[in-house]
Amino acid sequence: MKSGYIGAAVNRVDGYLKVRGEAKYAAEYQAEQLCYGVVVSSSIAKGKIKTLDASKALALDGVLQVFSHENRTSLPWFDRSYKDEDQPPGSPFRPFYSNEIQFNMQPIALVVAESFELARYAATLIDVEYKAVDFNADFLNSQEKAYEAKKGKSGWKPPKSRGNASKALKHADVLVEATYFHPAEHHNPLELHASTVVVEADDTFTVYDKTQGVFNSQQYLMNIFGLSKAEVHVKAPYIGGAFGSGLRPQYQLFMAFMAAKALKRSVRVVLTRQQMFSFGHRPMTTQQLSLAASSKGKLVGIKHEAIAETSQFEEYTENVVNWSGMLYDCPDVDLSYKLLKLDTYTPLDMRAPGGATGVYAFEAAIDELACKAGVDPLQFRLLNYAEQEQNEKLPFSSKELKACYAIAADKFGWARRNPIPGQLREGDNLLGVGMATGVWEAQQQQVMAKAKLSPDGQLVVSCGTADIGTGTYTVMSQIAAETLGLPIEDVSFLLGDSDLPMAPLQGGSWTASSVGPAVLSVCEGLKEKLLKEAAGLPHSGFKGAKVEEVLFKDGMLCLKGDPSVQLSIAALMKQRNLAILEHQTASMPDPKQSQYGKYTHSAVFVEVKVDAELGNVQVSRVVVAVAAGRILNPKTARSQVLGGVVWGISMALEEESVMDKQYGRFINHDLAEYHVAVNADVHDIEVIFVEEEDDVINPLGVKGLGEIGIVGVPAAISNAIYNATGKRLRALPFTLDKLLE
Amino acid sequence: MNRITYSKATDVRDAIQEHSKTDKAQYIAGGTNLLDLMKVNVMRPAHLVDINKIGFDFIEQEADGGLRLGASVTNADTAYHQHVQQHYPLLAEAMLSAASAQLRNMATNGGNIMQRTRCYYFYDTSTACNKREPGSGCSAINGYNRMHAILGTSADCIAVHPSDMAVALRALDAVVCVEGPSGKREIPMEAFHRLPEDKPDQDNTLAADEVITSIKLPPSKYAKHYSYLKLRDRPSYAFALVSVAAALNLDEQQHVLEASIALGGVAHKPWRMPEAEALLIGKPATAANFRMAADMLLSTAQGYGHNNFKIELARRAIVRALEQAVNKQATL
Ligand SMILES: Cc1cc2nc3c(=O)[nH]c(=O)nc-3n(C[C@H](O)[C@H](O)[C@H](O)COP(=O)(O)OP(=O)(O)OC[C@H]3O[C@@H](n4cnc5c(N)ncnc54)[C@H](O)[C@@H]3O)c2cc1C
Ligand code: SF4
Repeated sequence: MKSGYIGAAVNRVDGYLKVRGEAKYAAEYQAEQLCYGVVVSSSIAKGKIKTLDASKALALDGVLQVFSHENRTSLPWFDRSYKDEDQPPGSPFRPFYSNEIQFNMQPIALVVAESFELARYAATLIDVEYKAVDFNADFLNSQEKAYEAKKGKSGWKPPKSRGNASKALKHADVLVEATYFHPAEHHNPLELHASTVVVEADDTFTVYDKTQGVFNSQQYLMNIFGLSKAEVHVKAPYIGGAFGSGLRPQYQLFMAFMAAKALKRSVRVVLTRQQMFSFGHRPMTTQQLSLAASSKGKLVGIKHEAIAETSQFEEYTENVVNWSGMLYDCPDVDLSYKLLKLDTYTPLDMRAPGGATGVYAFEAAIDELACKAGVDPLQFRLLNYAEQEQNEKLPFSSKELKACYAIAADKFGWARRNPIPGQLREGDNLLGVGMATGVWEAQQQQVMAKAKLSPDGQLVVSCGTADIGTGTYTVMSQIAAETLGLPIEDVSFLLGDSDLPMAPLQGGSWTASSVGPAVLSVCEGLKEKLLKEAAGLPHSGFKGAKVEEVLFKDGMLCLKGDPSVQLSIAALMKQRNLAILEHQTASMPDPKQSQYGKYTHSAVFVEVKVDAELGNVQVSRVVVAVAAGRILNPKTARSQVLGGVVWGISMALEEESVMDKQYGRFINHDLAEYHVAVNADVHDIEVIFVEEEDDVINPLGVKGLGEIGIVGVPAAISNAIYNATGKRLRALPFTLDKLLE
Repeated sequence: MNRITYSKATDVRDAIQEHSKTDKAQYIAGGTNLLDLMKVNVMRPAHLVDINKIGFDFIEQEADGGLRLGASVTNADTAYHQHVQQHYPLLAEAMLSAASAQLRNMATNGGNIMQRTRCYYFYDTSTACNKREPGSGCSAINGYNRMHAILGTSADCIAVHPSDMAVALRALDAVVCVEGPSGKREIPMEAFHRLPEDKPDQDNTLAADEVITSIKLPPSKYAKHYSYLKLRDRPSYAFALVSVAAALNLDEQQHVLEASIALGGVAHKPWRMPEAEALLIGKPATAANFRMAADMLLSTAQGYGHNNFKIELARRAIVRALEQAVNKQATL
């Protein structure tokens, strides 16, 4: 009955375009008389610009303008005009608004010239005199200034405590108290942030932006520059990775647009790699954990307090400690989440924001507790398995975590683990194994989609969502092809265009689970329409048939009960004289979802080799089992999880944006010194998808896979390092110096 | 515009002459370091003299049994050269530990030993750096100095030289052959790179307009017991935190006849200490003796906070590298 696309390992439909270089990115669009903007960044962290002298730059032939606070076009006064869909509470940064410097590398001028080279040279001629004032960028030495977060950005849940954790901790048999730290990290997608703003003949603007949400960029520009929807058209059909960095409109968009509007010329602005360290990042966070268990390994008390950095002007929040309350069965839980304001830019969601870090500390502490109680860490997790979501006391919509544990442990050979650390040696290396649980929310958002069928059987489905490399194009084509029984070659899916039906930002692992149902629904709607048309044809045999009674296959409609009654879509549309058959729907979460805890789970098992003398760590083997509902495409799904695991290795061993306290500036701001995992870091990784049925989560039963892959990996690595060496490392990244003692 | 003139030199005299035209000239070879530095405005030459085609793209054997490496030969071609692999495996190993395959295909031998420090501040023109801008101060001494030097530092600069190749060349007693307006001369590796002292802007002792034409390796001594051990924050495509080029000659009783130990990642130049090597001569090749040599080599080492770990790391790395050198045959 199925065409078999859903669940099949279909190759990426955009794969050829990408490998041939035919997929165009924001900085690759050409326009007549295109000019080029180069951003000048502040070299101080806080203070005021006394003078900004652009005369030398402006004197050059071919330099069109230098924009700054001194000559900017008029801008709105109120914060609300600068808001965006992913904005934390506070006062969003306004480029060029005044001479005030709020963070180091703040963009202070845009030099626009006839060529990129000229603009880049002219940017070096801008003389800036500052009045610098004292600033604070020292996170670890100002922890006492942290305060309890009261409000947060959308999706943030104030942590809920329960019972009396202090009492439970006091009387417990086994107690672990430890502080964990992770540094700031930057997304560093390969594609630099860029915007090309094209001024059209009718004075409207077409904007090619690197964004995870075209509507977000569009609305932002409309609000700030006082334009109507018809005047600003934003496109982002391809994105060279984003990982959260494209969730908020970045300043190159504002600048390119202001310049294009003022100069009435098309403008392109591309940030430098160094400038990629000038905006959002994963916030430095310290986490204090106290965990208690009975001598038999029953969790009796959890205390988890996090302090995370934010900027002076916005309160960026993420769910760091909440996981500790929901993950295991434990009566007494005390959670707290604090913010600490620094003179830096506001942090920004980065793959599994809050989860990658909160679960890291919690799952590392759970390992410490299990080892101290003398219970096998996997056994410990089974002993405390939560049959109910613990923060809200709701049933899970589905939770095949036990199966994840069992299958992954078996594949990995967990049973052979030596519980005594430091026992296994292979040449210069100590070997160790560790495991951790991963978890992420499964959500559905409201999405609209449109489908258009033409008489030749070509189907175009569209939705203004994004594909940041995740495979959206492919899985949506699969859903549409299967639902309407068409060959996938006849289906195209359009996205990344603000003229298309509304979709939220691509983030939170909710694209497959939100856009997927919309595509399903719009194709179902089209089926109804086709059947209605067929029923209307005299003697077609479809009269009175219900849609469930009709098979849609190979471009045909066919009565299940009487296969001789059949009709091709082409013939039907021709006979009904239809040039096009169109349908649009909105799909939204069923209200009953709120009665359930909805999560994706994983079990991560890791083997490490640690040089006993020299301290370097190698992650030699990873087995991860994921329960994420229905898997739409095992190939793209596996890639998502692989990418997440590799990033987990990178986060555990290498990534760190170093804040220089003298300058208040991230100082290792290039890819030579900001280390991300390379091929040599990656050894055996096995990804297993565990079967999981879920009829609550959405009509397709899919959960997202965007974030789950990274969650749990750093904890499993830290736990394996302990098993190998007997050392507990509590500050990421685990570089060799930390293992020298 | 930042106008740059470019000339493709046809021979070495032409190169020197082109370079002498202005004091803002730079030789360009593979460009893998120079172009990066130009893009971040750290080096701002007005005239580029391309020296890839001036006749130094050869590797040839010398009458004395040594080997001459042309300055324009790429790092990849040098490291994979049969004679280098057979007779100077320490050099091949060091070179292949550097950068990435793509970079090694572009980078040249002359450019490699001329590459500049990777100090974060040197690369960032909005910070103070005596090497980039003499007299402006050193941001690393009180800043983030994880990658910085523990030996031979000065109050003006604590940068390290980042080359792996240079460390092996130093261990092998190579000689740098240069040519300038006043003729040819030879500079032993020992005297090629310098310590920062009060002139950190000068990386080496090359005189104005001089060009490296080749690098001379003395007849091979250490093709049997050698090891290049590179410790870094990522297993590939990262600079050394500490590296050790270790080479030994052993008699049948595993006593040390000759030893050479050069350290990378610890100083403004590849670091050697003859006294520490002499300590091993005549002694059995044991870890305990290696540790003594290591202690001596590091006796004057000083950390600056973030790089304190390098002292202990270097100590252990020296011992490991010497052990690996002893056991090299077994692992081959
Ligand atoms: C990301 C990255 C990682 C790297 N990792 C490593 C590593 O791990 N280990 C390592 O050793 N190196 C590493 N490198 C550095 C690389 O080895 C050097 O960039 C390369 O060797 C320089 O050679 P080149 O021919 O490209 O020099 P160029 O960039 O052309 O020149 C560099 C300098 O040398 C001068 N010069 C060049 N040739 C001569 C000559 N014949 N005579 C006089 N002056 C000359 C130039 O004027 C210039 O100042 C890395 C580089 C990058 C970008
Ligand atoms: S260590 Fe040397 S290169 Fe680095 S900032 Fe100091 S002076 Fe500059």
